[in-house]
Amino acid sequence: MKRIVTPLNKGQIKQLNSGDEVLLSGVIYTARDQAHKRLDETIKRGRKLPIDLKGAVIYYCGPTRTPKGKVIGSCGPTTSSRMDAFTPALLKKVGLKAMIGKGARSKDVVRAIKKHKAVYFLAYAGCGALIAGYIKKAKTILYKDLGAEAIHRLEVKDLPLIVAIDSRGRDIYS
Amino acid sequence: MRKISARMITDTVAGLCVKANLILRDDVLSALKTAFALETNARAKGIIKAIIENARVARVDKLAICQDTGMPVVFAQIGREVVIEGNFNAAINKGIESGYRKACLRSSIVEDPLSRGRARYTPAVIHIGMVNSNKLKLTVLPKGFGCENKSQALMFKPTADISEIKKFIVNAVKIAGPDACPPYVVGVGIGGTADYASLLAKKALLRKIKSKKSKLEKELLGKINKLNIGPMGLGGKTTALAVNIETYPTHIAGLPVAVNISCHALRSATAVL
Repeated sequence: MKRIVTPLNKGQIKQLNSGDEVLLSGVIYTARDQAHKRLDETIKRGRKLPIDLKGAVIYYCGPTRTPKGKVIGSCGPTTSSRMDAFTPALLKKVGLKAMIGKGARSKDVVRAIKKHKAVYFLAYAGCGALIAGYIKKAKTILYKDLGAEAIHRLEVKDLPLIVAIDSRGRDIYS
Repeated sequence: MRKISARMITDTVAGLCVKANLILRDDVLSALKTAFALETNARAKGIIKAIIENARVARVDKLAICQDTGMPVVFAQIGREVVIEGNFNAAINKGIESGYRKACLRSSIVEDPLSRGRARYTPAVIHIGMVNSNKLKLTVLPKGFGCENKSQALMFKPTADISEIKKFIVNAVKIAGPDACPPYVVGVGIGGTADYASLLAKKALLRKIKSKKSKLEKELLGKINKLNIGPMGLGGKTTALAVNIETYPTHIAGLPVAVNISCHALRSATAVL
């Protein structure tokens, strides 16, 4: 199994093929519906994002509250297709390089992933308790008012993922 | 008449919320284990193994099975000989608030569906029925929205052929595809009115996976498991664990059919007071 570490560089991304199982370590940022909407509005206004997503990995996830003594609560992936409308701009305008979620993406997103040499991973869907074990640090860093939908910075160690759409635009679901 | 206090209802609902979200239903877990044994696709097998392991970690570590702890749906069957002391709906919502808070579950409910706003734990969707007894039966079904978003309802003509209805149900699963965390449990409601068929479809999810199945239920499960969607939509013969159908009389002019899909983390817990 391939081991990859953030920040993901061109060389690492190029080596990933649709269908590969990988273990990801490093920093990822959670963002789901409302965070995407805010990021998108900021981009559309031509303003600088309050977070640097160049080369970053976004995880479509809204965790449960963190129980006492734990790093994070249950934190599995949410349905990626709800973020499809916002994804091409993030890839094009701010240099996002990878996304983690569950389920298929639109044709537009597949095209944008290919064009910008990015990658889309699947995390084990509906396995939020299991995934929590791979998160070593978690901190809410942006849009705190959104609660679970805020942007959290997570440090992960050997998070198991499956490459769904690779940088050549090959889609596991097509 | 038997008196049941609002406090007792609150405490019971709180406990049910914790149980439903942290401990996977026995029948679901056992169906997953059977699916693991029968599945031949290596990747599908690996994913089912992870799902079973997730249920174990959730139980041991007291973490939610899934971070989407759902919109709480509560089914209450009130015996005619029971007197509820206090505000029933408020007692239920207070119980949800307390259970969700205690188990660090997620606040996923927005006050206004259009303007959204800050997410909270409540209100639950509450269905109340009356029965001839001196008991109160409470069921909490935390329904995740990855799969709730794949719900469908269609008003068929009364002359529709059964094959059209089968096609509609199988197609609803096809449309849910990889997105809503397969393997699914497919709840189907047939009859009544548009709203009642949808309610039946949801109630069908409460029936045990291994409950006695009709010919139609077996046939549909067979068809669905030939779709090769599989766990996470990556192929395999485990696309659904069960198809449960509930029916009700309907009008001469119509034939409502509703489908309510549940992800593999089908969670519910029941108590009788």
